[in-house]
Amino acid sequence: MAATEQPAESAGRWPARLHVVTGKGGTGKTSVAAALALGLAAGGRRTLLVEVEGRQGIAQLFGTDPLPYEERHLTDAPGGGEVRALAVDAEEALLEYLDMFYKLGAAGRALRKLGAIDFATTIAPGLRDVLLTGKVKEATTRTSGQRRAYDAVVLDAPPTGRIGRFLNVTAETARLAKVGPIKTQSEGVSALLRSPMTAVHVVTLLEEMPVQETVDAIAELTKLGFPVGRVIVNGARPPVPAGRPVTGAELKRGLAAAGLPTDARTVAGLAAEARDQQVRRELEDSLRGDLVELGLPLTELPLLPGGVDRAGLETLAETLVRAD
Amino acid sequence: MPSEDAAPPLDVDQILADPGVRIVVCCGAGGVGKTTTAAALALRAAERHGRRTVVLTIDPARRLAQSLGLTELDNTPRQVKGIDVESSGGQLHAMMLDMKRTFDDVVLQHTDPAKAAEIFANPFYQAMSSTFAGTQEYMAMEKLGQLHARGEWDLIVVDTPPSRSALDFLDAPARLSRFLDGRMLRLLLAPARSGGRSMFSFVTASFGMFSKVVQKVIGAQLLTDLSGFVAALDSMFGGFRQRAEQTYRILQARETAFLLVAAPEPDAVREAAYFAGRLRAERMPLAGLVLNRVHRPAVPDLSAADSLAAAERLAAAGGHEGTAEVLRAHAALAEQAAREEQVAARFTGEFPAVPAVSVTAQPADVHDVDGLRTIGEAISRR
Repeated sequence: MAATEQPAESAGRWPARLHVVTGKGGTGKTSVAAALALGLAAGGRRTLLVEVEGRQGIAQLFGTDPLPYEERHLTDAPGGGEVRALAVDAEEALLEYLDMFYKLGAAGRALRKLGAIDFATTIAPGLRDVLLTGKVKEATTRTSGQRRAYDAVVLDAPPTGRIGRFLNVTAETARLAKVGPIKTQSEGVSALLRSPMTAVHVVTLLEEMPVQETVDAIAELTKLGFPVGRVIVNGARPPVPAGRPVTGAELKRGLAAAGLPTDARTVAGLAAEARDQQVRRELEDSLRGDLVELGLPLTELPLLPGGVDRAGLETLAETLVRAD
Repeated sequence: MPSEDAAPPLDVDQILADPGVRIVVCCGAGGVGKTTTAAALALRAAERHGRRTVVLTIDPARRLAQSLGLTELDNTPRQVKGIDVESSGGQLHAMMLDMKRTFDDVVLQHTDPAKAAEIFANPFYQAMSSTFAGTQEYMAMEKLGQLHARGEWDLIVVDTPPSRSALDFLDAPARLSRFLDGRMLRLLLAPARSGGRSMFSFVTASFGMFSKVVQKVIGAQLLTDLSGFVAALDSMFGGFRQRAEQTYRILQARETAFLLVAAPEPDAVREAAYFAGRLRAERMPLAGLVLNRVHRPAVPDLSAADSLAAAERLAAAGGHEGTAEVLRAHAALAEQAAREEQVAARFTGEFPAVPAVSVTAQPADVHDVDGLRTIGEAISRR
């Protein structure tokens, strides 16, 4: 990819500034989020990859030490860009927040010692989410001088089952805080998350449960007023080629022509494999159809047989930023 | 060759048939087929081994739930009809966990109706009972304890919540205890216990500042709600902790069998290994590993390389396109199988004594009783 054309190109296809990446557990949303951060950083831009669930998935993916609550250089992007990473911790975010608004100092440390912060975020999980999303908002909108700190922020968000509640911070905190700074804070976050600056992307596999959860999550997000960006199919194989399946007799002749054994066990075994494959592929095609029906931009990422290594991430990154 | 060759084979039928085993807990990372495995085991226990079985599911796929007759989440076990128990005399019941309702029941059991009503109305209770991190795990434990105490079933099969970490299920009770024992909670309770008006009036000057900050940040109303909630909970602490400890002891007993469920993927296997280590540390009975979604070529003698080379030869010579396609697919399958074995070997290398069974990937998803029966057969394959 040419460094000069990259920014404009990806900016057209990925117009949002904050990319929230969700998906059912096991669909590879962390890899997709990382690839997107890498792709959007290509050509001299700077992106921030954020995780909020304390899983250290980014560190595992990149084989680095656990990430602290601090924005750090993660990796260089092709064409001179940079991806930075941050693991947001609710407790640290609360202290930072309190310090910013109330100049806490020693009292903040006292709070922590008492377990007040653990307590507060335990008893009111909505508060935890406001703090996490609040930090993401701050990074997204931060500027230094005339420039924005990050060209794009990519959030490795909670899975589809929890994404609505996670993003819908106003509703969760409104129940507890009717007035005051928490309310103000959650309203600010809510405004950003519901603006065109944000896009929520849903990662899925071509399997029944993940596709069902994708459909459900998109309905929920839409109803809550969050802008849904793309549906990203991870580990996709190309659609089945048209044509009838091979018969046993054809297979036997073919094996003979290739100089392979043609005993009944081999022929029957290969035929059974082909049949299973056919069933699987037909199911995949029908699931792909369900996703197309959503009417959202659909991006397919290739199956990486060897797992996601650095080269694999770059392949995914390139596929993502060039997506239609 | 299949990785379970390294480990002793897991005999699921022996576990399901053993009258001494009264609880089977299926645990593992999300997305590995835990719920399906739990349902398939419960069905097999009822149909094959004639046991009066109940399966506690947490968050089943809609169609699987429907196939078990679970159309609503009503927190009560329902008998599953249309299964083949005529010769065995077993029964299958199924239920879906309703987290909030289970929490409400716990509150009702430990306090009088007036106080319970007060707790239910408190916004903190509402937030905590539906979203407290760990509530689902804790309530799954609680429900397991309840079902066990009723003594109506020979066998309880539990599916664990799709947690961030499989360990959350074990940690939830301790976490709740820690929370209830926390200094913060005591601090908030002090005025309620002494009847004092201002919650922080009794503390030192530096704490006065803290109090001011808290008031400022969260507001006076919030503080009142919080104080009320904590005071109301206070009366139930003992009960909460006692039950959590009881369930914990049941999980350590010989009547329980933990089955780790994993798929041959690095994350799922890592999670299973963590869990196995934890069970060992907690002296909880780990019965074995069920490795789901394993790919196995039907023609193991034909290697990926030979298969691919043959496909190339056919392509070069022209014709036989169908066969070339089949050979390429076989090569991909053989490679996948080899990779999966490597991944699974990480577990068996670390826990060589843990019995294991591999379940071949089904071409399509399971959502009916026939499908569950097939899975049950596959898990019990000796």
